[in-house]
Amino acid sequence: MKLDSKIPEGHISEKWTNHKNNLKLVAPNNRPKIDIIVVGTGLAGASAAASLGEMGYNVKAFCFQDSPRRAHSIAAQGGINAAKNYQNDGDSVYRLFYDTIKGGDYRAREANVHRLAEVSGNIIDQCVAQGVPFAREYGGMLDNRSFGGTQVQRTFYAAGQTGQQLLLGAYSALSRQIGLGRVQMFNRHEMMDLVKVDGKARGIIARNLVTGEIERHSAHAVIIASGGYGNVYFLSTNAMGSNVTAAWKVHKQGALFSNPCFVQIHPTCIPVHGTNQSKLTLMSESLRNSGRIWVPKKKEDAEAIRAGQLKPTQIAEEDRDYFLERRYPAFGNLVPRDVASRAAKERCDAGYGIEANDTNEGVYLDFSTEIQNKGKQAAYASGNHNPSPEEITRLGKKWLEEKYGNLFTMYQKITDENPYETPMKIYPAVHYTMGGVWVDYNLQSTIPGCFVAGEANFSDHGANRLGASALMQGLADGYFVLPYTVSNYLADDIRTGKISTSLPEFDEAEKRVKDQINSFLSNNGTKTVDYFHKRLGLIMWNKVGMGRNEQGLKEAISEIDALRAEFYKDVFVPGSADELNQELEKALRVADFLELGQLMAMDALERNESCGGHFREEYQDAEGETLRDDENYAFVSAWEYKGPDISKEELHKEELKYEYIKIAARNYK
Amino acid sequence: MASKKNININLKIWRQKNGNVKGQLVDYKLDNVSTDSSFLEMLDQLNEQLVSQKQEPVAFDHDCREGICGSCSLFINGRAHGPDTGITTCQLHMRMFKDGDTIYVEPWRSRAFPIIKDLVVDRSAFDRIQQAGGFVSVNTSGRTIDANTIPVPKENADKAFEAAACIGCGACVATCKNGSAMLFVGAKVSQYALLPQGKVEATQRVMNMVRQMDEEGFGNCTNTGACEIECPKGISLENIARMNREYLKASLK
Amino acid sequence: MAKSALLKSSIAKKYWMALTGLFLCLFLVGHLLGNLQLIFSDAKHFNDYALFMTTNPAVKILSYLTYISIIFHAVDGILLTVQNKAARPVGYAKVNASASSSLASRNMAVLGTLILVFIVTHMANFWARMHFDENMPIVVKEINGGMGGKQRVAVGTKESPNPYFQIDENGRFGTKILEDIKTQSMGQYDLAVRDLTTVYNKKDGEVIFIGQKDLYKITIDLFKDKKWGMAATGLYVLAMLVLAFHLLHGFQSAFQSMGVTSRKLTPIIKTFGTAFAILVPALFAAIPVYIHFFLK
Repeated sequence: MKLDSKIPEGHISEKWTNHKNNLKLVAPNNRPKIDIIVVGTGLAGASAAASLGEMGYNVKAFCFQDSPRRAHSIAAQGGINAAKNYQNDGDSVYRLFYDTIKGGDYRAREANVHRLAEVSGNIIDQCVAQGVPFAREYGGMLDNRSFGGTQVQRTFYAAGQTGQQLLLGAYSALSRQIGLGRVQMFNRHEMMDLVKVDGKARGIIARNLVTGEIERHSAHAVIIASGGYGNVYFLSTNAMGSNVTAAWKVHKQGALFSNPCFVQIHPTCIPVHGTNQSKLTLMSESLRNSGRIWVPKKKEDAEAIRAGQLKPTQIAEEDRDYFLERRYPAFGNLVPRDVASRAAKERCDAGYGIEANDTNEGVYLDFSTEIQNKGKQAAYASGNHNPSPEEITRLGKKWLEEKYGNLFTMYQKITDENPYETPMKIYPAVHYTMGGVWVDYNLQSTIPGCFVAGEANFSDHGANRLGASALMQGLADGYFVLPYTVSNYLADDIRTGKISTSLPEFDEAEKRVKDQINSFLSNNGTKTVDYFHKRLGLIMWNKVGMGRNEQGLKEAISEIDALRAEFYKDVFVPGSADELNQELEKALRVADFLELGQLMAMDALERNESCGGHFREEYQDAEGETLRDDENYAFVSAWEYKGPDISKEELHKEELKYEYIKIAARNYK
Repeated sequence: MASKKNININLKIWRQKNGNVKGQLVDYKLDNVSTDSSFLEMLDQLNEQLVSQKQEPVAFDHDCREGICGSCSLFINGRAHGPDTGITTCQLHMRMFKDGDTIYVEPWRSRAFPIIKDLVVDRSAFDRIQQAGGFVSVNTSGRTIDANTIPVPKENADKAFEAAACIGCGACVATCKNGSAMLFVGAKVSQYALLPQGKVEATQRVMNMVRQMDEEGFGNCTNTGACEIECPKGISLENIARMNREYLKASLK
Repeated sequence: MAKSALLKSSIAKKYWMALTGLFLCLFLVGHLLGNLQLIFSDAKHFNDYALFMTTNPAVKILSYLTYISIIFHAVDGILLTVQNKAARPVGYAKVNASASSSLASRNMAVLGTLILVFIVTHMANFWARMHFDENMPIVVKEINGGMGGKQRVAVGTKESPNPYFQIDENGRFGTKILEDIKTQSMGQYDLAVRDLTTVYNKKDGEVIFIGQKDLYKITIDLFKDKKWGMAATGLYVLAMLVLAFHLLHGFQSAFQSMGVTSRKLTPIIKTFGTAFAILVPALFAAIPVYIHFFLK
């Protein structure tokens, strides 16, 4: 199979404009004759469905949640990047483009990323016009803050709930179209399979999660915007329902799956507390603007802390190792996520971890310096040039509360510790997956008519995503890319007419789905779905996690293979197919994770280099930094499904060419 | 973390096969619950136990488990989202309970939120209210004016954000003795009423959203203020007052 | 749309509750000021006030507005309660309502019903007797009789053509007296009584005498009654307690319903509302207590 990324000709800054000018259009009177299915209602899905509905297409949107507003985009905290340069600190489209490519460790496609940077400003305009209440300065202008991996302030935010506000903005646009009858919304529906007719994506099989009914839905194009696959690790910052099923089913129908091993481990999450833990909670990256990350310099201090004999506040300043500031003086605590995560892991592996859990995995995020600094500033600002230490501390805490109050409260609710008084304990956790379904410049997969957007595709973040870029990509894909490229594809379908759902292809797909459901329900095993999911998670975290090596990956591949066999033999799924059956939903999702996990390990094993979130222990320099191999691995891996035996998947490569950015070692020192 | 302790609890959980049959409270005993667990992790533990005994697990809505998606919805010991304020059920931790406690777990009760199964209710009424007017009619072209063209006073932007922080969980309806949805609707109306972008359609918006709200079968607000107390996002009653103002203005037009 | 919206919608019902409720608060103030004369003034002033209130046309309009408000407030309240009950067909097995709302706010319907019962009782005690009771006492006075002895007579109002009129032992004009006058005047004065206090000549319609109802007397009698005075006093105080709770939530709630809130205004309204809810019923309650225990 030859991969054609369809990157337009011309200078990088003109590619998208030229491309748009040359794309085919569908006239307004023809659009109502065309059906489009959108799976997922996060930022990418909701914005795509709203935009396409608004254009006049018949859109059917699907989400497994009880409302489109609950998609996991809602949980993004920190912000959204845009090259507006409102802060006058030298930002530009090129810089955002450059930072994103560099942040992605030179494993993203230049043209896509540049387009993302180009439309970033429009996103902010659009959202403000929709009534998204971004944070503002006293002058009434939009406020910005810094995020990891950048030296400008280009992140727009709404307290620690930016994802929520953006999603609710997209949801409001979607709601408007639902109200107008342009979009038909299917809540509590899960896509179970893709239906291809004559090689083109022509519909889906969906399960009504309330009644259990298996439904056929046809369309002229199918857009998958179902998010990432972080839940393959069981514990992640993803929502409990986040799953790979839609993307994976598309993969099994012929769409190539790219860079599955590129997973982002977010440095600032609340550490694991016990075996019943169901998910990990993120503490926004924005906290790294104010917090300093450290572990004790002395091992015996770390041990004493874990044993509960010492408190972090008792460790003297000179006995603290601010390891990010030590290793990366230029960016300090604001290095990209992969770098920060690995540095934390390195310290914990070396025995300096401070969390008293099974693995001692935890480091401190300390706000005491910021409390003093901001407290002093606030005192001066209020005209008090001789503040007492108590006054400074009080004002500093007040400043923190205004800036991060909700995050601090959340932390306190979960851990029962007061982060104003004692440093937060944090540790990296699986957060985002850069890999996904392979798409060309038009966001179309290798199946014609099957488009993939947002986190579900692989396209924009390379081997590591910068903070506040996921929201940007989701909305860019949905609002500003798909409306053009999907129309271009559909221009050939104006005479096709309605796609019948009684075609044999629908029969087959429906049968596949029903067979799988029935096999689970009649399996009569002895173990719960979660039992297998947790075991898969452990294999993934230990061997396909932050540090990977050849031996571990090989073990992982065979262990997952064996676990999958055991799963099919011994899983027990209670209840029936014709009702709300949450265990069945989980079983169907975990089945796909068990296949994907293996592919992730294979992809990681194949990539004999370290880049971004993919850290192969064999490939690091003397200081423990990643060693990329641009000669041999400057490509996007794209795996082709070859049947139930995942080890048979075939690797294709899309070469990455860097014409506008000088490829270099990533240096945040 | 602070408390490493396990407790044993008794649960009284509402079980109902579907919307067409009657349900009842069923007693369960659950031992060795870590006080560091969240309430939903405790239910996971119960479900693990039930499934391994080949019994049907308890169905409940949940997703993000970090207090923002608004999926979780339990009425615990007589209070929406349980015995703590400013949180959702997924943020409620078992350290709020004592060894030997009996805990009632019930679904949201409202005519507008019919039960689907066990603790799962249908909150699509909220979606329909949103569809009736909870938006700014602007096309998603991105070709709008520059985001900084219209300055918005910080106070208004902050208030709009506070209103927009609503997660649509339905705790306001569940806790209101009248089953009123006015805090939810008031918050949405307020968000737009406070921003210049929302003012253009203010009249139709409030009329349409209130009409839809009434049609869905929610009760009427009698200003008891319970919604504000139980709202996990602390949405203020001020938002209902603002909606009342907006509605009066719109009605007199 | 606007028209039906202002009548039927859930928010409109709030407006009407608020408007009628606030109007009734105003009425309470007026009523209280009048009634306080029972403590701080004398029988004559009080009865003059009662006469003014029953005859002044402006007061008449206000009184009708008050009746309408009471009826509207009650009907709307009942309607709301019924609808609100229907909004939750299946209740909770366990409710911890006190964690999130005040007792008063949750029980406005019950409190309101009790107040309605009180209003009916109250009107039966005073208003109905004033208007319909044949035995409604008239203001009387002891004057020096023609025989040098004392004589009790009805006292005429300012408009009355005669300052006094004879009364019988029951304090009424009495048929015997009227018959006697007819006989004595050889049928020239064929007197009859209308509106309980006005004596006129049936022959030519000439008004002979206009008496004044003695509201003061029946009030004092009620609360000083040997048998029932204590019970009546207690019930009135209790009713005022109920009113206090109703106002405690109702007063500030009305402003919330009308959307009259602001950062500066709301605390003032709340404080004033609380003071109003305590002070007004307390003063009302003080009247029967004063009469029963302290009035000589």
